[in-house]
Amino acid sequence: MTTRTPVAKTYKLFIGGAFPRSESGRTHPVSDRKGRLVAHVAWASRKDLRDAVRAARGAHGAWAARTPYNRAQIVYRVAEVLEGRRAQFEDELGVGGMTPRAARADVDAAVDTAVYWAGFADKHEQLVGGVNPVAGPFLNVSQVIPLGVCGLACPDDGGVAGLVGLIGPALAAGNTAVAIAGGPSALVTSTLGEVLATSDIPGGVVNLLTGDHAALMGWLVDHADVDMVDLSGVAPEARGELVARTAENLTRSACTEGREDLATIQAFCDVRTVWHPARI
Amino acid sequence: MTTALVRDGDRLHGDALRAPLAVGGVDAVALASRAARLAGRSIKRESKSAGLELTVRCIDLTTLEGADTPGKVRALCMRALHPDPDDPGVPPVAAVCVYPSMVPYAVEYLGDSGVHVASVAGAFPSGQSDLAARLDEIRGAVADGAHEIDIVINRGALLSGHLDVVFDEVAAAKEACGDAHLKTILETGELGSYDQVRLASMIAMAAGSDVIKTSTGKLPVSATPPVALCMAEAIRDYEAQTGRAVGLKLAGGIRTSKQALGYLAIVAETLGTGWLTPGMFRFGASTLLNDVVLQMRFRATGRYARPDDLPVD
Amino acid sequence: MTTTPARDVAARLGETFADYVPSLEGRDIVAIRPSYGLMIGGRERPAESGATITTIDPSTGAALSEVAEAGPADVDAAVDAARGAFERRWRDAAPRERSKLVFRLARLLQDRAREFAVLETLDGGKPIRESRDVDVPLAAAHFFYHAGWADKLQYAMPGMRARPLGVVGQIIPWNFPLMMAAWKLAPALACGNTVVLKPAETTPLTALLLAELVDEAGFPPGVVNVVTGAGATGSALVDHRGVDKIAFTGSTGVGKGILRALAGRDVRLTLELGGKGAHIVFDDAALDQAVEGIVDGIFFNQGHVCCAGSRLLVQESVADDLLGRLRRRMELLRVGDPLDKNTDVGAINSHAQLVRIREYVEGAVAEGCAVHQPQREIPSQGFYYPPTMVTDIGGSERIAREEVFGPVLTVQTFRTEAEAVARANSTRYGLSAGIWTEKGSRILWLANNLRAGVVWANTFNQFDPSSPFGGIRESGFGREGGRQGLEAYLELTPVRP
Repeated sequence: MTTRTPVAKTYKLFIGGAFPRSESGRTHPVSDRKGRLVAHVAWASRKDLRDAVRAARGAHGAWAARTPYNRAQIVYRVAEVLEGRRAQFEDELGVGGMTPRAARADVDAAVDTAVYWAGFADKHEQLVGGVNPVAGPFLNVSQVIPLGVCGLACPDDGGVAGLVGLIGPALAAGNTAVAIAGGPSALVTSTLGEVLATSDIPGGVVNLLTGDHAALMGWLVDHADVDMVDLSGVAPEARGELVARTAENLTRSACTEGREDLATIQAFCDVRTVWHPARI
Repeated sequence: MTTALVRDGDRLHGDALRAPLAVGGVDAVALASRAARLAGRSIKRESKSAGLELTVRCIDLTTLEGADTPGKVRALCMRALHPDPDDPGVPPVAAVCVYPSMVPYAVEYLGDSGVHVASVAGAFPSGQSDLAARLDEIRGAVADGAHEIDIVINRGALLSGHLDVVFDEVAAAKEACGDAHLKTILETGELGSYDQVRLASMIAMAAGSDVIKTSTGKLPVSATPPVALCMAEAIRDYEAQTGRAVGLKLAGGIRTSKQALGYLAIVAETLGTGWLTPGMFRFGASTLLNDVVLQMRFRATGRYARPDDLPVD
Repeated sequence: MTTTPARDVAARLGETFADYVPSLEGRDIVAIRPSYGLMIGGRERPAESGATITTIDPSTGAALSEVAEAGPADVDAAVDAARGAFERRWRDAAPRERSKLVFRLARLLQDRAREFAVLETLDGGKPIRESRDVDVPLAAAHFFYHAGWADKLQYAMPGMRARPLGVVGQIIPWNFPLMMAAWKLAPALACGNTVVLKPAETTPLTALLLAELVDEAGFPPGVVNVVTGAGATGSALVDHRGVDKIAFTGSTGVGKGILRALAGRDVRLTLELGGKGAHIVFDDAALDQAVEGIVDGIFFNQGHVCCAGSRLLVQESVADDLLGRLRRRMELLRVGDPLDKNTDVGAINSHAQLVRIREYVEGAVAEGCAVHQPQREIPSQGFYYPPTMVTDIGGSERIAREEVFGPVLTVQTFRTEAEAVARANSTRYGLSAGIWTEKGSRILWLANNLRAGVVWANTFNQFDPSSPFGGIRESGFGREGGRQGLEAYLELTPVRP
């Protein structure tokens, strides 16, 4: 026997810095364009989602307490590691049905968007916060603060740029994230977890779930300990119902679509104003 | 026996104080920055050898477990006398620190070696029992032969503003110690701010403590460089005001030689080398000793040593 | 009281420990070449005249290397190269690509941080602890921070279209050679300008090594050019008709000369000049930490700091206590070999500066001031000056009014907040001030009334790329760092809706 048997990867979830299978034991088959089975990817359950939110909440305090400069460097490190793994991403995107050119462009966009958001981590507060000229003997400062745990419905387009396009601003602003990817993105989602796990991102800051997009999003908006949901990856006609469910505890919702601009990062932030007397 | 101790602005007043005692404030950011710089001093060659030996001489080798037995204490005492079983040149540690029930055994095993027996007492580590019982426990440990008594302050009283209660309890403990040295634990991890650490240091010293000590070692946060610096500055300022020199003991979380040398630098540059003696400075530790001995072996041989070659105690 | 032998042993161990035997950073991490050329258009070349200057190690006085001394023809070639790179490559480069190149430069600097730290210490005399923990990390941070702005300039100045200025001439001082290069280059490059950088004649080496990194990062040739030389080289750059902006950090005297030279020309100018910073301590301050702030404020980098807290103003009620603590703290300062990791105060940057400092202190003594210096020995070789405290100051003495740029602190007392402000503001300068008090409203009231571009409260000498730095009055104009600092490198025109 001379042909070597390749060792295939098991595609798992990414929760709290570890790579568990789904607690439900469920997987989902992923096939290539020719219908050949490539892998069974882990299929997240409601309890996996609960675990992911718990991990994100546990990681939030320390992540938000880091300096913006430090967060910027860590997000930049994601871009570096992503670039180093581009061949693997391009392969997996090809399996998912992308042409080599489209796959290359998708990885380019993923790396560049990570760099963009790295550069925003220590800028947006200077653009949106500041000193307010109140009519009294006070220093009045508005600070920009993160929201907390963000649930991200990543686009179901099979790419990695769509994932990074939501994770990037959420992290840059000091939030932690539970990102949900659906079917075609399953392979690269798992591989993105490996990138995040090896790029100085502390465990729990980003949690990645592959599974039934609609079901996971429903559980996510209903979870009382989620502070914000980005519904970019939800079909427009399904968003209204999810937004209505956020009314239960006024979870913020947004639909940033991975746009690279100031409004996107603001969707992941709140404002706190501080008053202090300034007269002796 | 309640002696009112009150704080008026920056000063503590009370019948038991010879003169009002200035407390002083602490700025956390600048304190941490100075502490980090001192703890980062680069200690090499002769200075390092001296620092390592000094560390051994200043260790209170400690076991404070519910599972402690005479056998465990015996092993610890043997280790205290011979920190490196293969090198008799390594001096004994300063003291062995145990629970009161283990004091008679430690006294027996250490004999007249010069290594002191220290006992925690006074409802260690919480301090949450009535004062009379706590004082009885101190007297019992001293009667059994303890040379040094480690007690905790009443953090609840401190945090609720009853400074006189904190003072009076420490003063009573000092009296109960008789000739034994009183080492007073502030449990800084529960005090919330460096201002409180400084205040607690001043009260503990004013009430007669011979040594002030950071921690019980039973909390996740124990001795840290800023806390050590804060307490060292309080000791220095207390001496400047009263003329009495109080010792410092750092306990909990000190596991490596590098940490220990950093703390020695904090003490040396804040209190002076006069404090770098077992009489004025201690490390409360258990695993630290092995790391120091490994470092000493490396310095003697130029080769990294195998941790498993050392005794487990 | 009898002393036991064991106590003797411990005492001896304590002394040996606290002596801190020298712990020298290895200098072999950096290979200093015998000579360096100018960096023009991506290529290294000698000065057209062949002239060179010798740069020395101020800790010993020994020569380190020869660098080219650029004349007008070399400056002309550098400006040409910068102009060409601006028009052909850099002006129209995609902001995102510009951003990634500046990020890359930040990373390369982090990768080679130790090499830069050792070189900075060798060439300039500052303690390795400072070059390692302050200068180099801050320089890298400046590039990292500004990299992020390159593709976000539309947000920096809302409602304005932001375009680069063109060719920028940057002249930097010898006190923070690498950090000043970063403060200058990072915003200029992020905003899309090209640069001709002139480092100080006594400290050119880290800027030249940085130019190699610029090349390695992949910047187009000519985007960054380095012309080494002394005052004449700087003048040639200022006088060159091809520069669109001059950014200068240095003495107030030279800054005024540059302003005169540029008068009537369409050249933008920012000046970061001298200072005589007041460091104000109130009686409720955390005194030990205030002492640390005072020490950092005046003895950091041997006091070669434009924003140094060189005038201590202490409230009378706490003056004795504070000064006692300060004297004791000064005894601990280790003056010596800058490569020793435990050195607190390194070498004075040049013999000329050492002479200047001595003259100031001798003058103060002649004017009746009292001088206190610690007992600790200082090295006999090289250029060193002990940490110095000058008291019995009236306020009109030269040492109380002029910038010494050395480890020399003057001390005066005050009684009220208003008096503190009046004394602090009694200077032609307006760069920095420090306040130590535990009372927040007092801090803010003072900050509102102090004439200074930067006010530190319960800290001193803090720098961050996101925080604008610069002076008012005769400390100059223009800001470096932060969103506001970008303006100095942008042509802004209103966007019509």
